[in-house]
Amino acid sequence: MAAARPFYNALFRRNWQMLGAVFGGAFAFEMVYDTSMNKLWDNLNRGRQWKDIRSKYVEEE
Amino acid sequence: MLARSGLRSTRILNGARNGATAFTKRSISSNSRASTESPMKLNVTVAASTALAIGSVAWYYHLYGSTAHAMTPAEEGLHPTAYPWVHQQWLKTFDHQTLRRGFQVYREVCAACHSLSRVPYRTLVGTILTVDEAKELAEENEYDTEPNDEGEIEKRPGKLSDYIPAPYKNDEAARAANNGALPPDLSLIVKGRHGGCDYIFSLLTGYPEEPPAGAQVGAGLNFNPYFPGTGIAMARVLYDGLVEYEDETPASASQMAKDVTEFLNWAAEPEMDDRKRMGVKVLTVTAVLFALSVWVKRYKWATLKSRKIVYDPPKGASNNVRS
Ligand code: HEC
Repeated sequence: MAAARPFYNALFRRNWQMLGAVFGGAFAFEMVYDTSMNKLWDNLNRGRQWKDIRSKYVEEE
Repeated sequence: MLARSGLRSTRILNGARNGATAFTKRSISSNSRASTESPMKLNVTVAASTALAIGSVAWYYHLYGSTAHAMTPAEEGLHPTAYPWVHQQWLKTFDHQTLRRGFQVYREVCAACHSLSRVPYRTLVGTILTVDEAKELAEENEYDTEPNDEGEIEKRPGKLSDYIPAPYKNDEAARAANNGALPPDLSLIVKGRHGGCDYIFSLLTGYPEEPPAGAQVGAGLNFNPYFPGTGIAMARVLYDGLVEYEDETPASASQMAKDVTEFLNWAAEPEMDDRKRMGVKVLTVTAVLFALSVWVKRYKWATLKSRKIVYDPPKGASNNVRS
């Protein structure tokens, strides 16, 4: 139980802390989740999407 | 008249039923008084009534059992084969190289007769063409301007926000050029036909060399078993080597049909790639949340589910409590 003390102090003690933790957590989770799922998606569809064949057709760069 | 004859027939039925009961009674009683009734007669009666029962069920089924079809199989059209389209799997996008080839087929073949009026050039950018290619393509066509100061409407080259132009000025012109048959707009054709991609592919590749013997093919029509009614105003359009693919894929008729079908599927559902990607994310999160909620429920209910209610009678009380 003692180990949970600093955790409690940092996150749940005051309401604004709790609110900040929820919002910050949501933001961070969304970023991590989106990025990794997109990576998984691109892996499943390797060679099928436009970004995979685009280099064959763009002229400049 | 009908009612009276109905009455009479019930009376007859009743009579028959009474007869039957009488017969049953008799046969039961004949069991006790053995050998008064000949077993031969009994067997024949049982066999006859069984045959009658089976016969009437069969007759009823013959009359009302089968499903009624408003159309003959020819009018329904042949059911298309189910093909294993990769882009229809849950976790797969369109193959954009295929879309590019399919768009080429549309432009070089189908666009002569079919419009694609819900597809603007801008949607091709980043899915099928590069910006430069799309702009160049748009500029090949002329569009009306807004009225100028004198109220005249002039022509300007197309731009990305314009829609792909139709081959004919209006439906009447399209009919006039096609023996009275209107080539439908292809933007939503994959959603608009039963069988979707399978149907379009089967239709495009399903023209036989010769209509089968005995088939009725109307004037100006072509035989295609997949088309409801089997007589279609569109002749076979895809032949091996009709187009030359820039990526050097051999342009067999079935390759072109497959490419243009997937392209038409894209035209009907351009949001599919994003929809599926979003769907995977949503389903994954929902699955985790569901598992969590199941766990929480079991956690909260654990005490309730595992408790035991025991009746503990008061010590020393006598059995006859009532006083
Ligand atoms: C010579 C003109 C012409 C060309 C080229 C043409 N079509 Fe057609 N198409 C027609 C006509 C006319 C009809 C209407 C047929 C009918 O209603 O009997 C039609 C009908 C269709 C239909 C609808 C069938 C239905 O179930 O109602 C589809 C799908 C179709 N065409 C796809 C294509 C595709 C894909 C291509 C290009 C590979 C193509 N067509 C090329 C003239 C053409």
